[in-house]
Amino acid sequence: MSARNPKDNDPVLPAVEERVVERELVGAEAALGETFAVPIGPIHPALKEPIRLTFRVRGERIVGVDIRTGFAHRGIEFMGMRQGRNLIQILYLAERICGICSVSHPIAFTQAVERAAGIEVPPRAQYIRVIISELERIHSHLLWAGVAAHELGFDTLLHLTWRVREKVLDVLEELSGNRIDYAIPIFGGVRRDIAPEQYPKVWEAIRYYRGLLEQLLDAFLRDPTVEARTRGVGVLEPKEAEELCAVGPTARASGLRKDVRQDRPYLAYPDFQVRAITPEDYGLTPVGDVYDKIVVRLLEVEQSLNIIEQALENMPEGEITSFPKIPALLAYLKKAEGEGLGWHEAPRGEVIHYVRLAAGEESLLVWKVKAPTYSNLLSWYPMFEDQEIADIPIIAASIDPCICCMDRVYLVRGGKEEVWPKEKLLKLSWEKTRRMQR
Amino acid sequence: MILKTLVAQLISRPATNRFPVKYMPKSVTRFLAQVQEGKAKIHPPVPVPPKFRGKIAYDREKCIGCQLCIRVCPAKVIEFKPEVKKIRMYVARCTFCAQCVDACPVDALSLSPDFLLASTDRLAPELIVE
Ligand code: SF4
Ligand code: SF4
Repeated sequence: MSARNPKDNDPVLPAVEERVVERELVGAEAALGETFAVPIGPIHPALKEPIRLTFRVRGERIVGVDIRTGFAHRGIEFMGMRQGRNLIQILYLAERICGICSVSHPIAFTQAVERAAGIEVPPRAQYIRVIISELERIHSHLLWAGVAAHELGFDTLLHLTWRVREKVLDVLEELSGNRIDYAIPIFGGVRRDIAPEQYPKVWEAIRYYRGLLEQLLDAFLRDPTVEARTRGVGVLEPKEAEELCAVGPTARASGLRKDVRQDRPYLAYPDFQVRAITPEDYGLTPVGDVYDKIVVRLLEVEQSLNIIEQALENMPEGEITSFPKIPALLAYLKKAEGEGLGWHEAPRGEVIHYVRLAAGEESLLVWKVKAPTYSNLLSWYPMFEDQEIADIPIIAASIDPCICCMDRVYLVRGGKEEVWPKEKLLKLSWEKTRRMQR
Repeated sequence: MILKTLVAQLISRPATNRFPVKYMPKSVTRFLAQVQEGKAKIHPPVPVPPKFRGKIAYDREKCIGCQLCIRVCPAKVIEFKPEVKKIRMYVARCTFCAQCVDACPVDALSLSPDFLLASTDRLAPELIVE
């Protein structure tokens, strides 16, 4: 990805050569002329996650950026493959890929395993999975909105949003027993039913958020400070979003109607007619800036409320799992053979799990995870282009990055980091596909 | 508008949960003793929902030593004691997924509402269930 200057081997400040913007210099910038590098990270660069961004700036303007990832590679997939864990144990490993999308990864993972092993999920379980994942979307989007306000230096709004967010966490705690890491999906169903006496709690939360939605929209979208700091900042053009394969709210803010729940409905989602939200739904022409990303996320909170409402009203009766006994499930999974793909629209975008099971093997033969940030990271390049240094935090935060979820491979050989160009990665991927097909 | 919000804030209850006591007592043990005798009052802890996943409780008598909980536990919390065919759990490692509770065929394991588990010693007696 990054073209490296062979002369420049300084380990602290690597060469930054990508997409240097050439534009006419005016005033003080013309006097500055030269560019210099500003390293940010790898520890805590605006986000509480490790990533290294090296900006090439001219005066206050960013002319190029180099992104280095791989500081938080945890080897989760490796731990799941032939490391003596059985699939139930790996499920909780998958849940810990991300603390915020903590039901999205298990949903994608269980779907992948269910497809591979040919397990049916009862309708009621599908509805419960949908409800939990939409509650999670509300909590994640409100969390993001708070973080965005904080990155803008608007801490009052941060505290207001996070206070509002408590309610949905209480509901999740009520339904699952945990505030995060709900441990709800299991292969063939879910682990906890929604009892009749729990419905009122969920309804109450829905009413609470419905009442607050207008206030939230008002606080974020009709505030001159927020508007001044986010309009025209970190723009991702629709064409670029499409070319760089952005997913989730990042793509939708640029006007792409792209949502896995709409494009490839799974579980009970076909029943809800989900339609991808873009700023057009708020009567705006999509620009793809940070403001639009706030619009999309806040509207998605409302969309999630609608989905939960419909799900609660039309909840089918019946079993919640096709394997009530754990030993039977373990024995079935041990016999299962095949490959499967599972997907889910996490709050940050599409997450994909690929698994391959072998008969007689308790753990996975192959496990591949693609977290949404992996697709969204490249959109940072055009978004940072020609922006001011002061806007770096909010632009970085605007894709709602989750670096630890994304770090899937990092190579250090003999103490030296290696950069693999696209051609080499392609070649390796062909070789691996051939190996796997054998 | 601002004035209205300000006045509303002055008279509304705080959003956060209250500390057990307003000021730190000089001696915590003496204060707790007073509470026991009914001489002092503390704010009760916030109640947890009925299905809360807290510290795992273990019913030794019911356990048949089938080791199923050990097979499903993702965090290697549970250790088998072959001499007595019972188990020992190191709660400091537990992730509160409650998979062991679901797996146990005789319901020897259950979830307690106990969540105050912070300790500087991972092997403290209150963090080992057996
Ligand atoms: S709750 Fe989960 S992590 Fe804790 S002992 Fe049971 S299975 Fe293991
Ligand atoms: S699953 Fe239940 S009965 Fe079996 S060893 Fe564990 S606690 Fe004992």
